Amino acid sequence: MKSLVLAEHEGGAIKDATLAAVTAAGKLGGEVDLLVVGSGVDAAAQAGAQIAGVSRVLVADDPAFDHALPENVAPLVVQLMGEHDAFVAPATSTGKNIAPRVAALLDVMQVSEILSVEAPNRFTRPIYAGNAIATVETGDPKLVCTVRATAFEKAARTGGSATVQPVGGAADGGLSQFVGAQQSHSERPELTSAKIIVSGGRALQNGENFKMLIEPLADKLGAAVGASRAAVDAGFVPNDYQVGQTGKIVAPEVYVAVGISGAIQHLAGMKDSKVIIAINKDEEAPIFQVADVGLVGDLFKLVPELTQKL
Amino acid sequence: MKVLVPVKRVIDYNVKPRVKADGTGVDLLNVKMSMNPFDEIAVEEAIRLKEKGAATEVIVVSIGEPKAQETLRTALAMGADRAILVAAAQEVEPLGVAKVLAAIVGEEQPGLVILGKQAIDDDSNQTGQMLAALTGRPQGTFASKIEVSGDAVEVTREVDGGLETVRLSLPAIVTTDLRLNEPRYASLPNIMKAKSKPLAQKTAADYGVDLSPRLRTVQVAEPSKRQAGVKVGSVDELIDRLRDLGVAA
Repeated sequence: MKSLVLAEHEGGAIKDATLAAVTAAGKLGGEVDLLVVGSGVDAAAQAGAQIAGVSRVLVADDPAFDHALPENVAPLVVQLMGEHDAFVAPATSTGKNIAPRVAALLDVMQVSEILSVEAPNRFTRPIYAGNAIATVETGDPKLVCTVRATAFEKAARTGGSATVQPVGGAADGGLSQFVGAQQSHSERPELTSAKIIVSGGRALQNGENFKMLIEPLADKLGAAVGASRAAVDAGFVPNDYQVGQTGKIVAPEVYVAVGISGAIQHLAGMKDSKVIIAINKDEEAPIFQVADVGLVGDLFKLVPELTQKL
Repeated sequence: MKVLVPVKRVIDYNVKPRVKADGTGVDLLNVKMSMNPFDEIAVEEAIRLKEKGAATEVIVVSIGEPKAQETLRTALAMGADRAILVAAAQEVEPLGVAKVLAAIVGEEQPGLVILGKQAIDDDSNQTGQMLAALTGRPQGTFASKIEVSGDAVEVTREVDGGLETVRLSLPAIVTTDLRLNEPRYASLPNIMKAKSKPLAQKTAADYGVDLSPRLRTVQVAEPSKRQAGVKVGSVDELIDRLRDLGVAA
């Protein structure tokens, strides 16, 4: 068994979700290679070579691979799969974009968002918004899977000594073009890797309240800020704040849910948090069925008091 | 330009799925079924493109059991022009579906295929990307905005860090995210009208595709449940708890 893991990187650093994918690939048994693509990616490649458990870092340094355009990256991966048995990608927006394109080109049925490796061809994965867990077995000659980052330990960033090797061949197919991005910039920790998250819901009523109540509390706790789908749909905060089945899947040490009723789609995104704290005026809200500590009351009074007393 | 929209019949969004006692799957007997919500958004977007004059015809297709006809009729009532039902006996997988769709794309030559980003039953999130691979077309996944101009489409995508815009040359494949639009309800007259719109019945064999599944489901189980904890009476008590957890100083 030889696995190829797709690395996601930013500013020369490898992202956390990739470290979880390396761990998952290691559980398949055999060697783990890391694929770093983009232009001017030396720093990311060197960082990848330090990751414990990585044998080789394959580097495709070409502007055609910037922004991880799937039309260009997928053919490169297919070419590298000649000498690999498994392609493993983190279940991030990038991994989900590329992996199925690779799978179809290889005539393989992808196993999406695995939670565990039971055997090299047998995995568990969530279905029905996490309301059921399926154990599936693949009979395909090659494996293509995406990995739910919160379900695996992160591989250590240091301790490895992989060789770095350039690869190439595929290039710009001219089908697609990156136009631009509106990235949210924040001094706060990133949602998917934060130890503490404070999330707000529809009960905050508007974006101003969200800013005045949720953000100061998050800053006091050194926490990342999240939101329910209702808060995002209502325009209180941008889409990348959304925690839930169709947003981000998180599992911090502490998750504080403020004014979030606990719709099934939201719970699917945060129920693996170690400790859940809920503040809600409705004592029957489903969020209290999963919360370790609940406080019933008016968030407009309780949250400022909490922020002030911390 | 034709627009093709695949739709899937799935358990209704508001129904809580129950795992069967024998662990073979989720109980779908006597459960309300509806169009996959992301597919509804795809149908709506295609109809809006037609209303704006960017599309000439909206074709909906479903691959599955005969009852998927109801889902197709819903799409026709929303405003799609005609439907194709590809009958399949067993549960279908994204790869098989993508192969059937690729064959239909070959016949119909749509300028755009708009799909839901994932079905809320198997949560695979694969079919659109696979169809793009099999047809050699560009893909714009998780779209929150679609703008067709000339021989290209600009797709704004919901990604982990915020939003990203890509420009795809047509023909192209797009998958929808939740905030692309709010689907309309079909009016009663339109529901009546939809009954006489054309619906072609096909089989996977008509397209030369083998739908046999590649994955075997060994078991389906309930996820581990969390226990409800305690309720505290005041902010001070909550802070004590946070101290115990080492979160507050």
